[in-house]
Amino acid sequence: MKQRHLGVAAIAAASVLLFSGCSAGGDGGDANTIKVAYQKFGQFTQMDDHMKKVKDEFEASHEGMTVELVPIEAQEADYFAKLALMNRSAATAPDVMYEDTFMVKTDVEAGYLAPLDDYIADWEDWDQFPENARQAGAGDDGKIYGIPMGTDTRAIWYNKNLLADAGIETPWVPETWDDILDAAETIKASSPDTIPFNIYSGKGQSEGASMQGFQMLLSGTDDVLFDSDEQKWVLGSQGFEDSLGFIEDIYQGGLGPTPQQALDKNIGTTINSEWIPGGELAMSLDGSWASGTWIETGSSPWPEWSDVMEVAPMPTQDGSDPGRTSMSGGWTLAMGSGSKNPDAAWDFISTALSKDNSLSYDVAASQVAVRTDVAEDPEYTDANPTFGFFSELVADTHFRPANSDYSKVSAEITVAMESVMTGQQTPEEAAATYDQAVIGIVGEENTMAASD
Amino acid sequence: MSTTAPTALGAPRAPGAARPAQRKRRPGRTLLRSAPLLPAVVLLGVFLLGPVISSLYGSLTDSSLSGASAANAEFVGFENYASLFADPDFPKSVLLTLVFLVASALIGQNCLGLGLAVLMQSSHKPVRVIVSTIVVTAWVLPEIVASFAAYAFFNDGGTLNTMLTGLGIPGVNWLYVFPMLCVILANIWRGTAFSMLVYTAALNDVPPEITEAAEVDGARGWQRFILVTVPMIRRSISTNLMLTTLQTLSVFALIFVMTGGGPGTDSTTLPLLAYQEAFRFGELGFGTAIATILLLVGAIFGVLYIRALKPEVD
Repeated sequence: MKQRHLGVAAIAAASVLLFSGCSAGGDGGDANTIKVAYQKFGQFTQMDDHMKKVKDEFEASHEGMTVELVPIEAQEADYFAKLALMNRSAATAPDVMYEDTFMVKTDVEAGYLAPLDDYIADWEDWDQFPENARQAGAGDDGKIYGIPMGTDTRAIWYNKNLLADAGIETPWVPETWDDILDAAETIKASSPDTIPFNIYSGKGQSEGASMQGFQMLLSGTDDVLFDSDEQKWVLGSQGFEDSLGFIEDIYQGGLGPTPQQALDKNIGTTINSEWIPGGELAMSLDGSWASGTWIETGSSPWPEWSDVMEVAPMPTQDGSDPGRTSMSGGWTLAMGSGSKNPDAAWDFISTALSKDNSLSYDVAASQVAVRTDVAEDPEYTDANPTFGFFSELVADTHFRPANSDYSKVSAEITVAMESVMTGQQTPEEAAATYDQAVIGIVGEENTMAASD
Repeated sequence: MSTTAPTALGAPRAPGAARPAQRKRRPGRTLLRSAPLLPAVVLLGVFLLGPVISSLYGSLTDSSLSGASAANAEFVGFENYASLFADPDFPKSVLLTLVFLVASALIGQNCLGLGLAVLMQSSHKPVRVIVSTIVVTAWVLPEIVASFAAYAFFNDGGTLNTMLTGLGIPGVNWLYVFPMLCVILANIWRGTAFSMLVYTAALNDVPPEITEAAEVDGARGWQRFILVTVPMIRRSISTNLMLTTLQTLSVFALIFVMTGGGPGTDSTTLPLLAYQEAFRFGELGFGTAIATILLLVGAIFGVLYIRALKPEVD
């Protein structure tokens, strides 16, 4: 008898430990309430400010309507997971959501988003969005699912004083990857306490590592991640291995943060609110929005930033044309497919992205403006000395593969990065593991060998 | 010959003969007596069996967080399991899970808990109170708080290294160089109290006459312990092993907070691997398959304990 009791207890306990996560959703809300989900994490509080402001404006002009703000306090990868989980249940699905452009296609396939074409047809502001910006929120079916809030480009932020201390002439414009490594070596030799260079890497940084780190490198080689003509994923390329090699040089060569610091999920916050203002980090490969932390309305105001920090474009691997590279993404506002009041949801989106609201958000969050009228407005161009530089980079920028498998492949890139930065695998081994993983995700028929 | 009459002395009852009438029960009465159990059975079915079955089914689909398979998950049979067994991370993760389980629960928590319980039996009351308060404190802390405390202790600029530096010993980056050792020690620290309490209760139930009798027979201290005490608390050992095993298999927050499963995959146990696949990479079906394997591992250990330490029938 005892035996059976123990057995039952074992099964009971084992099941409880596995399924304690299940919970019931509440009621699905009504047509007079719209639920708006967005990210609020670390230094990124501008979206929260923006949404609160739009909520007041919207509720003032729509009597009887309530906007329920749902700030998701999670780091990027967790934000996607939490948003997807909200979307999976009708009771929690938001009416309006803050959606990364690279997630649009895959979330359209999942049925989470509603097409906005009918609303756009009557929206006069749509003329202000240039063609490439419009495509940022398009699904595989060509319909528009997300309205871009701004875009971004990436480059090397460097501390003029620290470079000058190491004897490096400023303004500093590296022409090859080796120039970056040389500068990092020089800084390390002259002041061992300074962290020479940061490039986001590893699983903890997820899309930030894949796009801001790895693809900033790969886009400067002769190879690509995805061949858009053939619609196939490129495997076994030299550029892929070399990019991992650069990560290895930085992390195993002691030119970056320690791998443990780099794997800390909060390193992004630490870098921009502590290391850079504190003069502990000399060079940082980061986005155009980084200065959003230091401006007056940012989370860590640092008035001297524009005197100390300078920006240099990311060079290509060996200096080949066009000599510099960048990656662009950006975020959109999208409508949930289950919205009970799509008209109100649309009104909220168009209010949030009106000219005035776009302008104040783009300035506060240091976004590269996508609306033509905002980009040309002196109030925008004068707001931040780096806006001009980052807007110009758009000419040589790259976009992530427009393919619904991208987000899964991107996760595998961060796995390869992490195993190289921690020394678990050589770049060659990590690239081979990545190739196998991609075949597992997309099937061998959707891959091709690199031409070199 | 009446079947109900007692058989004559020495005459064996015919094989197949019915049992005495007083043991017979009318089926209607049995049903009626079980009726109060019905709500419990229904609740168990809905909240226990239901999720188990739906998780088993989920592990046979390609369900994911986003993309086409989020909208219409397809039945893919054992494909998730096939790719799981082909995944080089999987054997490593199983091994790490077993290392974590054996080192922190079976050896660490159990032996330390038993040791403390035995020592405290023969110690003075103030010592007993102080020791048990210290040990139980770690157990009373919510898991997330204990995890942060362990992180603060082991991390590069943490308490441990500060103390070592104070002694003139150069510290190392514990969480990075010895991630498994750190999480194992943390789990021992956190879980020992439970074993200690179980064993203290069990030892109190051992009648002193028996150990005294063994003493008279000439058994020395450790002999008395191995030959008399351990067999007598066998049932508690079995229960405790089972509970600590299941608790340890489910440890997630501790490892997640301390190392995040890293560096690389060096402390990615099965719960972390399942989380990573399901919520980081969005592969819900695949993640559920890992969770199902975890369930199996727990069940296997459960059966092993019951077989190895078969409790006497009462």
